[in-house]
Amino acid sequence: MKYFKTDIIELNLGPQHPATHGVLRIKLHLDGEMIIKAEILIGYLHRGTEKIMENVNYIQAMVWTDRMDYLAPILNNFGYILAVEKLIGITPPLRGEYIRVILAEFSRIASHLVWLGTHLLDLGFMTPFMYAFREREKILDLLEEVTGQRMNNSFFRIGGVAADLPDGWEERALNFLESFEKNLGEIEKMVYENEIFILRTKNVGILPLELAIELGVTGPPLRGSGIPYDIRKFFPYSSYDHFEFKIPTGEIGDVYDRFYVRMEEMKQSSKIIKQAIKNLPPGDVLLNDFKIVPPSKEKVYNSIEEMIHHFKIISEGIRVPKGEVYASCEGARGELGFYIVSDGTAKPYRVRIRPPSFYNLQALEHILPGNLIQDAIAIIGSFDPVLGEIDR
Amino acid sequence: MKKKFPGLNIFFGKLEEFVSWSRSYSLWPLTFGLACCAIEMMASTDPRFDLARFGSEVFRPSPRQADLMIVAGTVTKKMAPIIKRLYEQMPYPKWVIAMGICASTGGPYYKSYSVVKGVDEIIPVDVYVAGCPPRPESLIKAIIFLQEKIRREKRI
Amino acid sequence: MEDLKKILKEKFGEDVDFKEEKGELEIIFSEDILFDALKFLRENPFLFFDFLIDLTAVHYPYEEKKFAIIYHLYSFKFSKRVRVKSFIEKPYVKSATSIWKGASWPERETYDMFGIHFYDHPNLKRILLWEKFPGFPLRKDFDMEIEIPNPDFSEIEE
Repeated sequence: MKYFKTDIIELNLGPQHPATHGVLRIKLHLDGEMIIKAEILIGYLHRGTEKIMENVNYIQAMVWTDRMDYLAPILNNFGYILAVEKLIGITPPLRGEYIRVILAEFSRIASHLVWLGTHLLDLGFMTPFMYAFREREKILDLLEEVTGQRMNNSFFRIGGVAADLPDGWEERALNFLESFEKNLGEIEKMVYENEIFILRTKNVGILPLELAIELGVTGPPLRGSGIPYDIRKFFPYSSYDHFEFKIPTGEIGDVYDRFYVRMEEMKQSSKIIKQAIKNLPPGDVLLNDFKIVPPSKEKVYNSIEEMIHHFKIISEGIRVPKGEVYASCEGARGELGFYIVSDGTAKPYRVRIRPPSFYNLQALEHILPGNLIQDAIAIIGSFDPVLGEIDR
Repeated sequence: MKKKFPGLNIFFGKLEEFVSWSRSYSLWPLTFGLACCAIEMMASTDPRFDLARFGSEVFRPSPRQADLMIVAGTVTKKMAPIIKRLYEQMPYPKWVIAMGICASTGGPYYKSYSVVKGVDEIIPVDVYVAGCPPRPESLIKAIIFLQEKIRREKRI
Repeated sequence: MEDLKKILKEKFGEDVDFKEEKGELEIIFSEDILFDALKFLRENPFLFFDFLIDLTAVHYPYEEKKFAIIYHLYSFKFSKRVRVKSFIEKPYVKSATSIWKGASWPERETYDMFGIHFYDHPNLKRILLWEKFPGFPLRKDFDMEIEIPNPDFSEIEE
């Protein structure tokens, strides 16, 4: 049998592409349709967040953290606030912690719904995209009633949350969760029994467990390969140990397993929200310490002491003791960590953000060779990178 | 359309008016989402704020087949030559909407060392939309402004 | 925690120091033994830190040792988290990619932002900014007011 002499083609899966999730650029070396080498180039959305955060004070620096992982903005705020509170040494009141958990889990469900819609759109289904975004609109309505904005809502404060829940919000949230689980079952039936979906996702893009641990992968890709590593269970924060929930895992780490892990996570999040709403304790939502939290307006207008506290906090910022701390929370894509170095003034000396998708995307260079080019699109979608947090 | 005879389906008008009327009601955008504003652009195509009823039936991924470029998100210096090349690849007539404050003036990143302070340093812009991110209704209002602007144009 | 300190004190003696605050353990190694210490932390069966959480650096322009390199490590077997720090004078360090493969991209980013050169790295180039960018942004003496021109298409083509 005679073989033709072929060359290796270099193809650019460029920054502007309908199927890469953001401005991601991959240089593929192809032999026919088989990928031989993949080189990932990032940095097209580098905005200099870490340098900007060194020039503003701790209260103002929270605004830039929402815009990193723009699909689940509340979870970014969560990580930053945990680090600053650990540095100062305070804990918010219990009602504030429960409200934080409720909003964080809603944000996680909203992020996974965008993943669901766009991943299935890459694989060829157009209907689940519309269904997923319909559910997401209802969640964004609920968030808008509490925080005032649909996306990029910097709602958390050092010492609690900014405001209490409005009247009747709990019933609306519980009604939504009932209908959400039914609609999710509808999408599952459409997808799990579909032959094309199974052919495109089973045994494709396998990430072996030892390679995942060596590369520092966390989140659904690591849980799809077998280990139930979740920061909410291993290093519990903000009273997550009061709730009961399971951590779903996969078996071999292919695209189907990562899909299954994220679908089950949405159901577990809805279980956490129901438990939190049923057991919500009464009380304050913000700490009563006036050196850290500005007092309310009635007190400011009526007493000179509170007015001085308010003036000092707004004009200078809060004083944070000298030291360094590393705190992490479970983001929608993995372990989102913040390492803050403080030198005793009102502005941070160094803020380092540990983005989960940065480490997950490193794994892509090792598992893309050996697959066909159409599998590359399915694998990128199953890792779910968000370029806002990779490039910061 | 200038004159209409009652009872008959006949319209009189100039050729430029017909051409700009048809161009304004069939704008096809290019998929160019960069950052957070891209998610609100995607949300404006979902069943609640349907953008397809205003004529933007499909979002074309290739610049040779699109006539509207919605720059949604922060423009960094590393991405600037690529935007210029994509704009040059679009055929005439073409329009640009700068969505969000990052694309209009640099936004919350105006002090950064690697952000272009507004996309109008690189390409000419027709409509600016404020907001961080702007609601889908703001984007639809911007497209309606653009449609009125196109209907005032007098070129073929 | 106590047996970890004992094992490290036995092996490295004077070159290791500990600091414990807010429930976190911080180990400070001196510059010359940093690579051997990391290899020991990874391979010793009683410590076994096989997961690299993060790698970064901090710039102190007014101290005598100008940079500090920070590694955050986690051990799945013993469920322990630790921070490893080392103060260095000149920005030349041996790369940790032979110990953990996941150190490849964070080291490129530290080179990009601070200018610290990691020798024995397979592919040390800038990752977030373009090649001809003047200076290293996260150093404290980087002037933010200077106008940096946009790169050409050929400079980002690679």
